[in-house]
Amino acid sequence: MSWTLALPEIVLSCAGMAILIYGVLARDNAFRMASMFTVGAMLLAGVLVMAGVPGLGYSGMFAVDAFSGFVKLLILAAAILGVILSLDYIEQENLRRFEFPVLMLFATIGMMLMASSVNLMSLYMGVELMSLSIYVLAAFARDDLRSSEAGLKYFVLGALASGLLLYGISLVYGFSGSMSFGDLGRLLSDKDHASTGVTVGVVFIVAGLAFKISAVPFHMWTPDVYEGAPTPVTAFMGTAPKVAAMALLLRVLGGPFGHLLAQWQQLIVLVAVASMLLGSLAAIGQKNIKRLMAYSSIGHMGYALVGLAAGTPLGVKGVLIYLVTYVFMNAGAFACILAMRRRGRAVEGIADLAGLAKTDLGLALWLAVFMFSMAGIPPFSGFWGKLFIFQAAVSQGLWALAVIGVLTSVIGAYYYIRIIKVMFFDDSAEAFDARPASLSVVAVAGGLFTVLFFAFAAPVEAAALAAAKAIFG
Amino acid sequence: MNAAGFPLLSLLTFLPLVGCAIILAVRGDDAVVASNARWTALWTSLIVFALSLLLWVRFDQADGGFQFVESLSWLPSIGITYKMGVDGISVLFVLLSTALTPICILASWESIQTRVREFMIAFLVLETMMVGMFCALDFVVFYIFFEGVLIPMYLIIGVWGGPRRVYAAFKFFLYTLAGSVLMLLALLAMWVLAGSTDIVVLMKTQFAPAMQNWLFLAFFASFAVKVPMWPVHTWLPDAHVEAPTAGSVILAGVLLKMGAYGFLRFSVPMLPDATASFAPFIFTLSVVAVIYTSLVALAQTDMKKLIAYSSVAHMGVVTMGIFTMNVQGLSGALFQMLSHGVVSGALFLCVGVVYDRIHTREIARYGGLADRMPAYALAFMVFTMASVGLPGTAGFAGEFLVLVGAFKMNFWLALLGSTGMILGAAYMLYLYRRVIFGALTRDDLKNILDLSPREIAIFVPLLVLTIWMGIAPSSFTGFWDASVAHMVDHHRAALDATIKLAGIVK
Repeated sequence: MSWTLALPEIVLSCAGMAILIYGVLARDNAFRMASMFTVGAMLLAGVLVMAGVPGLGYSGMFAVDAFSGFVKLLILAAAILGVILSLDYIEQENLRRFEFPVLMLFATIGMMLMASSVNLMSLYMGVELMSLSIYVLAAFARDDLRSSEAGLKYFVLGALASGLLLYGISLVYGFSGSMSFGDLGRLLSDKDHASTGVTVGVVFIVAGLAFKISAVPFHMWTPDVYEGAPTPVTAFMGTAPKVAAMALLLRVLGGPFGHLLAQWQQLIVLVAVASMLLGSLAAIGQKNIKRLMAYSSIGHMGYALVGLAAGTPLGVKGVLIYLVTYVFMNAGAFACILAMRRRGRAVEGIADLAGLAKTDLGLALWLAVFMFSMAGIPPFSGFWGKLFIFQAAVSQGLWALAVIGVLTSVIGAYYYIRIIKVMFFDDSAEAFDARPASLSVVAVAGGLFTVLFFAFAAPVEAAALAAAKAIFG
Repeated sequence: MNAAGFPLLSLLTFLPLVGCAIILAVRGDDAVVASNARWTALWTSLIVFALSLLLWVRFDQADGGFQFVESLSWLPSIGITYKMGVDGISVLFVLLSTALTPICILASWESIQTRVREFMIAFLVLETMMVGMFCALDFVVFYIFFEGVLIPMYLIIGVWGGPRRVYAAFKFFLYTLAGSVLMLLALLAMWVLAGSTDIVVLMKTQFAPAMQNWLFLAFFASFAVKVPMWPVHTWLPDAHVEAPTAGSVILAGVLLKMGAYGFLRFSVPMLPDATASFAPFIFTLSVVAVIYTSLVALAQTDMKKLIAYSSVAHMGVVTMGIFTMNVQGLSGALFQMLSHGVVSGALFLCVGVVYDRIHTREIARYGGLADRMPAYALAFMVFTMASVGLPGTAGFAGEFLVLVGAFKMNFWLALLGSTGMILGAAYMLYLYRRVIFGALTRDDLKNILDLSPREIAIFVPLLVLTIWMGIAPSSFTGFWDASVAHMVDHHRAALDATIKLAGIVK
């Protein structure tokens, strides 16, 4: 019994419960201490992930390999950035409750479980643990109408997606007789077992996961939930869960259903094209920056899916690199958005950024870096992500997809540089309040990562390739 | 391995960023910061220029290959290296970039008064991108610098530009980006086919003729916008008119050359069959550019717009010369690129001089400046003559060689191309007459001051270059003769190989 395989998850779970007890017993300011403990526990889990030994355990439900290691580290990094981003916002908005970081921590455990799952059942457990925690987080500002609406909307639609996922799982199980990825992979390599029922099941599973990464046509919840949820929750939702769900999609489609490439490839191509188009076109008219980021994330997931559509280790490598760059630029951009406060109140309009370069050059420069990076302009990290996924698409001869992809990136560039225009070209509005150090830390960390990515692209690329090979095994 | 003994090209590329760091590090009140930014930027760019003179001295003109080559492992698993080097085709453009940057910084000394620090940083970043692009010997490195130019230029036009700057900046950015991303796909296709992004390797790789056509079109989308060729030139007049003087100078002087350089570095040597089959298409667009934009220039009422359209016409001559694929045509195209870089840059500076004083570029608002500004009139005249292509000035040798090359290809091509010279004389002399001669009628022009010492310092080097290039063109053509001959041989050999292959298949 190799229970030590899940040591990072076990440590995190124990830490989560300990923090809950601490929160109940502590007299005052439990929120800040609980957040600190959460970050500490996550760092510890990160170390344990790095020290992890590859293996398969828990009756073949849980695997540790290069892929899970890579994804878990990324998830932990995103979660830590998320917790730091929430530190000051939660206090300023009077939401000071110690459950907040704990919920983030449990969501993170769910995501780590997703990264390690090699069985449809453990997959579903991971997805639900993550989703339920995030439903609560989205509605965390419970006296705020928009936040409650966001939580409820996310919950209703999310439950529907979970239903789809579960239905797909049951179809696959019914028609193939197994839920283990290894067995499924062996069974489906034989054409006779790859029945229509399994294919339908795969479509449902893809639909359920596409909801989690907010790919078109399962994106409807995204703008409303992004706008309504407290901003640090939006930042968190935009990074770690996307990584986890995308990783799961990679593992499910690459591993057990790898032999059904012909069946799911067109599906992924369609979803990718629709996401890229909607992400770039619908964002043009947005006036609220959180809504804009919602459409931007839809577009980004479309690009990431281009790599998956290639269906090769090269493509999966591209997706992983894309996710790495995406997490850091997204977290950094949200740090800048969180810094948008006037006289103690958060503002969210794009027009509120007017002339930021005159009032706060540092903030404007970092946000400009993130915007250029998201538009895919070199030398920033966003360019490298796009480079690798389009390389995978081109090497598989997916020309139409690649051409649509690069052209939508030009359309998308329009709204990214529009933000830069507002900050640099327009006359300045009133200055923002002094921003807390926590936001500067995240913005600078994300910014340095984005700017200097070219310098350490080689090790990231090597790690991503090793991870990609692990799932195709 | 490296004629300088140290990584000269990387130093030239990244030294401006050190200047940026120094500018960023200085704190204090606005006046101190602004003055510090100006001086730091000037000295940085002068040091870079002085270092780049090593290229002029140490470059071996007999060698047609790449020199000063540096190579550093970057992403070895996928075949990307950080590789820099110059050959006869690129070396003078590195020098052009490093020479124009200090001139531009001097030209912005007084005309840029707001956010001086940011302006100087943007300009130094721009220099890094330009120099890096001309030095890059790896396609990915090239692409990064090629696209990276967009960032500082977008800000320069958008922040310090004229009334319609936002429109112009967006148009510039999106036009160029749309072209570039298609080139990115061509880059990836070559990467997949050749397994490397090393430009030297790619030059030796033979791509299937059908693939070549697609690759050519993708490159064309990018470089044609950048050159710019008719009909995708419309971003240029807007960008030029709205950009501050220094931005226009760099735009005309260096950025337009990036497109033509791209044709010379990628399209022509890597895709010989497609080059041969697309040449008539390029000639057609070039001739239209030469004649049509010259006529448009004749009708302009804005000085900058007139020079912008003349740039399109001059670059039409360049693309015509490149695709003749003979020694005269290529050599002429390179010379024309260089002379246009100096002369059109100088002309934009001339516009900037009067704009700083009167704050209008309307041609009708001027007249009779010869009385009050004799030194200015002289400088303007030399550059006008060079733009027209008067023998003895920089403009002559390039146009003449291109027409000789075109004549070897096709009589009508040469004939139509040469109408551009006539029309060029018409619009430039017409401009000069309206601005400099005539009666001095307007009150505000009566007190206008002649060139200040700073402006003289800007114009003297450009004047010297213009005359030097006119009198002794061989001191410039010598740099690229070996490379051009090598390129033409390579092209012929590749075409012969294709014909032979076709014979075998039959």
